[in-house]
Amino acid sequence: MSTTNYIGKPTSRVDGPAKVTGAATYAAEFQVPNMAYGWVVSSSIAKGRITKVHADEVLAIPGVLQVFSHENVPSLAWFDRNYKDDVAPGGSPFRPLHEDKIQFNQQPIALVVAETLELARYASAVLRIDYEEEKHETDIEAKRDEGFEPGTGKSGWMPPPPPRGNPDKAWAEAEHRIEHEYVHGAQHHNPMELYGATVEWRGDKKLTVYDKTQGVVNVQNYLTKIFGLSKDDCRVINQYMGGGFGSGLRPQYSVFLAVLASLELKRSVRVTLTRQQMFSFGHRPHTLQYVKLGTNPDGTLAALQHHALHETSQFEEYTENVVNWSGMLYQCENVKLGYQLAKLDVFTPQDMRAPGAATGSFALEVAMDEMAVAAGLDPIDFRIRNYAEQDQNAGKPFSSKRLRDCYHQGAAKFGWDQRNPEPRSMRKGNRLVGYGMAGGVWDATQKKAAAKATLTADGKLLVSSATADIGTGTYTIMTQIAAETLGLPLEAVTFKLGDTDMPEAPVQGGSWTAASVGTAVKNVCEALGEKLLKLAQKMEGSPLKGASLDEVEFVNGQIRLRQDPANAVVLRDVLQASGETKLETDSSAAPNMLKQANHSMHSHNAVFVEVEVDEEFGTVHVTRVLNAVAAGRILNPKTARSQVLGSIVWGISMALMEETVMDHQFGRYMNHNYSEYHIPVQADIHDMEVLFVEEEDDIVNPLGVKGVGEVGLLGVAAAITNAVYHATGKRVRELPIYLDKLL
Amino acid sequence: MNPFTYSSVTAVEDAVRDNASHEGAAYIGGGTNLLDLMKENVARPTHLVGLNKLPLTAIEPTPEGGLRLGALATNADTAWNEEVKRRYPLLNQAILAGASPQLRNMATNGGNLMQRTRCYYFYDTATPCNKREPGSGCSAIGGFNRIHAILGTSEQCIATHPSDMCVALAALAATVRVSGPSGERTIPFEDFHRLPGNTPERDNNLEPGELITGLDLPAKGFEKNFSYLKLRDRNSYAFALVSVAAALELDGNTITDARLALGGVAHKPWRDQEAENLLKGQPATPETFARAAAKVVEGAQGYGSNNFKIELARRAIVRALKQAAEGSQHASDVFLNSNP
Repeated sequence: MSTTNYIGKPTSRVDGPAKVTGAATYAAEFQVPNMAYGWVVSSSIAKGRITKVHADEVLAIPGVLQVFSHENVPSLAWFDRNYKDDVAPGGSPFRPLHEDKIQFNQQPIALVVAETLELARYASAVLRIDYEEEKHETDIEAKRDEGFEPGTGKSGWMPPPPPRGNPDKAWAEAEHRIEHEYVHGAQHHNPMELYGATVEWRGDKKLTVYDKTQGVVNVQNYLTKIFGLSKDDCRVINQYMGGGFGSGLRPQYSVFLAVLASLELKRSVRVTLTRQQMFSFGHRPHTLQYVKLGTNPDGTLAALQHHALHETSQFEEYTENVVNWSGMLYQCENVKLGYQLAKLDVFTPQDMRAPGAATGSFALEVAMDEMAVAAGLDPIDFRIRNYAEQDQNAGKPFSSKRLRDCYHQGAAKFGWDQRNPEPRSMRKGNRLVGYGMAGGVWDATQKKAAAKATLTADGKLLVSSATADIGTGTYTIMTQIAAETLGLPLEAVTFKLGDTDMPEAPVQGGSWTAASVGTAVKNVCEALGEKLLKLAQKMEGSPLKGASLDEVEFVNGQIRLRQDPANAVVLRDVLQASGETKLETDSSAAPNMLKQANHSMHSHNAVFVEVEVDEEFGTVHVTRVLNAVAAGRILNPKTARSQVLGSIVWGISMALMEETVMDHQFGRYMNHNYSEYHIPVQADIHDMEVLFVEEEDDIVNPLGVKGVGEVGLLGVAAAITNAVYHATGKRVRELPIYLDKLL
Repeated sequence: MNPFTYSSVTAVEDAVRDNASHEGAAYIGGGTNLLDLMKENVARPTHLVGLNKLPLTAIEPTPEGGLRLGALATNADTAWNEEVKRRYPLLNQAILAGASPQLRNMATNGGNLMQRTRCYYFYDTATPCNKREPGSGCSAIGGFNRIHAILGTSEQCIATHPSDMCVALAALAATVRVSGPSGERTIPFEDFHRLPGNTPERDNNLEPGELITGLDLPAKGFEKNFSYLKLRDRNSYAFALVSVAAALELDGNTITDARLALGGVAHKPWRDQEAENLLKGQPATPETFARAAAKVVEGAQGYGSNNFKIELARRAIVRALKQAAEGSQHASDVFLNSNP
């Protein structure tokens, strides 16, 4: 690395000013001429068929342009594979307006298009739909015995490893044993920005699609396959996102319907969902987990069993890694992991921040706390006694793992030594005080990604990649990496993203963007640097003649000899001398399989929580949280800290308030609004501290970065649950911990 | 949202006249609830009578020594009014326990009384609801009823009135001033809202076309010994699971006067005068408070997910009375400040 060192320095968001001044334009805000407005009509039943759409009644209203439904939808691609997006799970993807069949409540069944938004909304409200209802099943409790092991699953999903040792016998013979069920209901991502798409009709089936998505390439692939468009005629753009959390990994039906209407009506169309409709698609699945743990007399784990059952739709097999982590986080020779799905009349669940791991770490880490209590051990001591030095699932060493330091440094900073291990022993005024801890493990992944870099004669560098910034800080860290690599001031570097005209990048998810796109940006800047060096060496009297790339460095807008920094050439002069107005390079980056194949690559964390409980009312206040994270190199401590703070808030939400409640009479989520689907407000959040444990790793990727988008969420809900136990002596095993569960 | 016409009026008589001349008209003040209901297609007025230019924003003394709150004074202006803060801190606390600053800046006093239940089913036109469509059935009975009523329910409806402000107004025995096609009249606060009975579609006893013009607070404000205690699923911007407005007048440790009203438990702000009578003349002790609390929840009925409210209400009443007696309750942030 050169000495400029933007990497690792706290850097404010480069996109911040645009966002706070309103200069940032979001998908459903783009103004295009001659726009029509679509409003989605959602089904009011969970299962059955539509017998009649009374479109004629609303088409009679002046200004209503069309009512699209299965009755008049044009013939589109026939095969399932055309509807499979890049991150689709196994099964048969949902096709909006494809048929009369209702497969879940709030299913989009028609799109009313009108000259104004208000008219479209009114017409959709009076559109009569006749149904033939069938009996639905939306309750996973009714399907407890009908779980099945999924087939192929989606990309990134791994079936649980086969059992090791003799887990049943070892559990039966263990010194201390626990077994319990752990449950949480469905949760919806609920980003602030509603899903919406503005489709600009540019004539002759040429479209520019502004769509809220975590992956413009994924949306482009999806649309072109279904509607038979060429990629050149279907440009997808999304530069800003008001939150995604995984809900924008797969293309939403809003963009499908907007494109359908635009192509049919041959004009620009916008479709925005309502807040209620934000509860009509993917969600963190309602999950039932069963954990059995047993210990030896020395406090080591004798047996570990973890089984999960969660919902999926009737048409797709959504999978996430719920139980695998349990075979990896602790050393244990007798392990059995099970994972099953149950089909319900709901929409397919979808990845939601730390999918699977947020769920699995809740059950495992509460069970570990229960086990520590049963064995009479301090929960940190218990974890350290069972520390996994290698990944037993894969039989590979970790590329790096500083979890032990997360425990030690976190405990020291939190003041864990002030904890009296006895439940109900600590008080503040008339409140019970509890300390709890937990932790987790998440994947460090690199995907193939590409980027392009252009240096212009004025010394400005433009770098681009079709990735996304869902609020994580992508714009900022990519700017830092580019500025660092080519030794330019941050202000001289612009990073652009979210446009299918740019080099391809994967969807933003899995905490892999920093590693994947970051490496591509580094590579493309290095490639540009190499070109610059060659040009610099052609300059008359160049002090760099004969120098290899290793012998020079890019600092302060110059290329200079490492050994003799006075021998330097200004980058701007290089371009001018070459006679070019700009210098451009494309490059991509893919994981180095040779380096990675023999290692298990993961980030880890340990969370420490203080709660106060008003026992008479059962109200829980999370007064302090410390989250110690080991996630490789931290590119930008400021945006990384924000990521982890967001995770802590979400963890508090998961522990205390978040749940989408289904009324099984109707098979319908009933608290489908911000008023009744509770997420924390400022008044719920108190002290939060983030501690990044230093971790070097040259195996994960050349940047040594593991990503921090998800790891911070792990263990937060479990630590709160454990702290509530410590405060009250009451063990809650079903989230959220509503006050009535402690009464 | 259906198409509608709109007019803005500057005099109460014009408002009443304009309303009467449009079939299906509705008054609109801050619109913080009505607009939501219209967007959800629950309320479908054909005409809106805009009230915000009416001269009803004043907060001024009454000849009887009380305070008159203009129907169009905002909830925020009311809560932060110096006289309200000084003489009726219970009302100040109740208002500030509700909604969010943005909503309180828009919402009017009259509108606060007129807001409708937040029952999930009432808001979702895909489900039956007797309040929204009389005769269609109550989905909350036998459904998801965590936020629903435990007192004064009927087989037709178990919805709650969502207001915090109204709980304090009930405890303070305010009077509602209304103007309508047949002139002006006053309604004691306790008689303003209704229990669901067989007509859950009717939230209150206003006659068609009547407009709230103001609220009169009596002279007695219980400014020394009061508490507004609100229990909810998050610490702000959430409706009460149970809230308690408690106000005491003490002579030494003897209770000489008492008021007790609850929110989140019934179709109306639930004032219990029998429980108040159990407090009067008694020493301000935990035993006295427990007797009053037991009286309030006598006959309470849970519907499944809201069963916990009965015990929660009992405990909240005791705590609120204790806080009132101690004069220790000075903010609704009893749950907010972890480190007092």
